[in-house]
Amino acid sequence: MTIPIFTLVVAVVSFAAGLLGSLTGLGGGVVLVPLLTIFFHVDIRYAIGASLVSVIATSSGAAAAYVKEGISNIRIGMFLEMATTSGALLGAFLATWMPVRVIAIIFGAVLLYSAYISRRPRSEAQRSLPPDPLATRLRLNGGFHDLEGHRTYNVQNVPTGFSLMFGAGTLSGLLGIGSGAVKVLAMDQAMRIPFKVSTTTSNFMIGVTAAASAGVYLSRGYVDPGLSMPVMLGVLAGSLLGTRILVKAETASLRLVFSIVILVLGLQMLYKGIWGNL
Amino acid sequence: MPAEKSASQSHEFKPQPWRDRRMEVILGNLLRTGVMFSAAVVLWGACIYLYRHWHETADYKIFRGEPSDYRSIPGVIQSVLGGHGRGWIQLGLLLLIATPIVRVAFSIVGFSIERDRLYVGFTCVVLAILLYSLLGSGFTF
Repeated sequence: MTIPIFTLVVAVVSFAAGLLGSLTGLGGGVVLVPLLTIFFHVDIRYAIGASLVSVIATSSGAAAAYVKEGISNIRIGMFLEMATTSGALLGAFLATWMPVRVIAIIFGAVLLYSAYISRRPRSEAQRSLPPDPLATRLRLNGGFHDLEGHRTYNVQNVPTGFSLMFGAGTLSGLLGIGSGAVKVLAMDQAMRIPFKVSTTTSNFMIGVTAAASAGVYLSRGYVDPGLSMPVMLGVLAGSLLGTRILVKAETASLRLVFSIVILVLGLQMLYKGIWGNL
Repeated sequence: MPAEKSASQSHEFKPQPWRDRRMEVILGNLLRTGVMFSAAVVLWGACIYLYRHWHETADYKIFRGEPSDYRSIPGVIQSVLGGHGRGWIQLGLLLLIATPIVRVAFSIVGFSIERDRLYVGFTCVVLAILLYSLLGSGFTF
């Protein structure tokens, strides 16, 4: 493929990934790396570098829209960013010496897990749990307004959540994704943060986490300008459009389609990692 | 325990909502502006890059690693001054990476205004990790 055609096709695919990712809330980055490696025969390291850059763009670009809702908790965000950024740094260093086949296998496993978690009903928000002493000392508890008026919440299992977020950061740095699926596990399941608060807070965190590994990727020569340019611009445009039309769109069937795509890509990554050549 | 309960009922939990809220709005707009600005720089680089390499073939099958011009801040600046499209794209990407870092730096100011020493400390840790990644992890000056 010549450069103009390659750029155009990658931009269109990235646009679609960004659009679907933001409409379904599953993130576009998770499908980009497999798409680039399987269909465009891009080396997985270049693909990860480009995807990581697009993750920063979508996270920061959507921030202004999320802020309007005003329910993210910046203390939870900053506290957990200590875990995700140090994890991301570890992940980025792991990526520089880990064989690409191992990275592909881990990627496949994460995709399968993401597909699984996207099909599971969300556990309903906690109601009046007792305050946890550690969470209280760290001032993590908060409140927000919704249709039922003012609601407060008490964060639970801080050490478990913190450790899981370290893992989420490591995966993000290793695979160049936002790793929203692990964050759901940490913030919703373990820490029992209400869904609305955890979604908006984790959006803030994703950009900072990705920036922590992006520096390592850039200095190791994993970020190619010719590839990252259409990926970043495409994903950004797609996700910005997605946040605009989110209110009107019917997302249930979209989520199903997108999780099937994630499942298929996950199986292909596993296959490529185990038997194929990368 | 009863004291804590009555506090939560009258909604007097520690983080002051309106202050946090104002800080968030400022930070949200900062992030948006940073992203849009870096996207514009990337787009400008893309024009030069596509114009210059219109007839070449794209090949990312084999990983070679980027040349040092696109790995380090001085290298990128050099390349921009030389008018290279790839240099401009890389500059845009550097600005993009810097955006959340600036956000974290601003949070230190926000938490200091609230006199929240604990969170000033936490934010400094995050900032140190980010700066190490960008400046200390292999960049050569």
